[in-house]
Amino acid sequence: MRTGTSLIQIRGLSKVFQSSSGDVHVLEDINLDIKQGEIFGIIGMSGAGKSTLVRCLNFLEKPTQGTVFFDNQDLSALSLKELYKIRQSMGMIFQQFNLLMQRNVLRNVCFPLEIAGIKKKEAEERAYELLKLVGLSDKAHAYPSQLSGGQKQRVAIARALANNPKVILCDEATSALDPATTQGVLALLKDINNRLGITIVIITHEMSVVEEVCQRVAIIDNKRIAEVGYVKDIFTKPTTDAARRLVFPEGKRVEHFTGNRCCRIVFDGSSSFEPVIANMVLEFRQTVNIIFADTKNIDGKAFGQIVIQLPEDKLMGEKMMAYLRNRGLTVEEVHDFV
Amino acid sequence: MFDPVVVKMLALGFLESLYMTLISSVLAYVIGLPLGIILVVTDNGGIKPAPGLNRVLGSIINLLRSVPFLILLITVIPITRAIVGTSIGPTATIVPLVIGASPFIARLVETSLKEVDKGVIEAAQSMGASNFEIIYKVMLPEARPSLILGAAFSVTTILGYSALTGFVGGGGLGDIAIRYGYYRYQTDIMLITVVLLVIIVQVFQEIGMRIAKLSDKRK
Repeated sequence: MRTGTSLIQIRGLSKVFQSSSGDVHVLEDINLDIKQGEIFGIIGMSGAGKSTLVRCLNFLEKPTQGTVFFDNQDLSALSLKELYKIRQSMGMIFQQFNLLMQRNVLRNVCFPLEIAGIKKKEAEERAYELLKLVGLSDKAHAYPSQLSGGQKQRVAIARALANNPKVILCDEATSALDPATTQGVLALLKDINNRLGITIVIITHEMSVVEEVCQRVAIIDNKRIAEVGYVKDIFTKPTTDAARRLVFPEGKRVEHFTGNRCCRIVFDGSSSFEPVIANMVLEFRQTVNIIFADTKNIDGKAFGQIVIQLPEDKLMGEKMMAYLRNRGLTVEEVHDFV
Repeated sequence: MFDPVVVKMLALGFLESLYMTLISSVLAYVIGLPLGIILVVTDNGGIKPAPGLNRVLGSIINLLRSVPFLILLITVIPITRAIVGTSIGPTATIVPLVIGASPFIARLVETSLKEVDKGVIEAAQSMGASNFEIIYKVMLPEARPSLILGAAFSVTTILGYSALTGFVGGGGLGDIAIRYGYYRYQTDIMLITVVLLVIIVQVFQEIGMRIAKLSDKRK
């Protein structure tokens, strides 16, 4: 993951929609820098304005105020033709995949190449290459309606990669997928970022997605950026209410936390549904206090999170965390709640 | 009644009806298709909103559509004369048929194109497609099955209109039905023309539905 200079700079961006009942302010004074080669998350509750924000990045929505610099070019200063051209270096994938239903997979991937004016034969070669990359070579002649959600999103990713973009914008790209498929798509995005060095911007309302792939995250709340930082910092020390609400969706319970040695266990589906806490207690003959728990059993895999209060004995606490990590769980120490 | 003269007359009428219907349909699409596209593109949620143009065009189309076809048929006689040189016969009938059919074809095309998923259009925009590319590479191909069904419906409706033109000497099966069946009480001839018209409608409708189904890749 090579990260370096800013690829996208958002400066003083505001967006106002005009409606019959007056102006609706969707975004206010957004400033963000997204670096070359990173996976950047933008997270917020629904209605926070994140979908509008991602559309401002490629000027599908024109900001009312402020602007976006992409690769040092001010998008608001471009002519329509130049904007079309620059959009070819920005791939985008969507929650509903948005594939052309009347074109087969191969021709869907060829579509952006057609728009870029690439010759048919060359385009098809490139499309086959991309389908191989996303693991769908055998589906080249299938139609989107014959594919599963995860496969459709893979086609969309291949399509977004066609013109060798500098960035891929993901608008709730995994929200319509089940947890296992989400894992697969996220792994693919991570792989693309790793191997091709393409910057990825992920818009989501799911903290687990950010946690899985993003290096940095911006929390958008009530039209503004509430907090920006490295994912691990925001997870362990959320400083704003908005961040706390996202890290601990059951907001109220957070306030009841006491004690300073807690650990947060994340079940991301890689462990099977076993009584891991109970087993740990039996193993160490030490009790822990479960402060917060929200887990689900999906297809025999555990998803969700548990926050436990560790014993005062520091060494015992470390041992317990190591035990949990060995079970394939993401474990981190958290403190300073409230 | 099945003497060679009657048979020949019916055969000619059949061919004339087909001729009027098909030529009128093609010409009406030449006018109606772009109008339908303009209606969708300039709509509020369209890719190039132009509320003024949209409203004016919509009003003209509604106006033309609300004139009963028989009235339109008579009203446009001077235009027909100016274009074709005469107001009777199958070729002359094409003029009112095209004027009558274009507005509703525009509306049919509009309805079909509006069914195209907004997300797919947005995806094309995100790839840097121009509005023109979106129209001919996304909207029209994605709406293809619905457009074909609309075309089958248009052709059969135009055939129905063409039969009506028999009242003003338009030629074709409608003309025969009115002259022989209505004015001369030859019910048998009228029945045969109706049967022939029913067959043409069935054939066009069936062909349209089959092509639409075969071309639809959504299932």
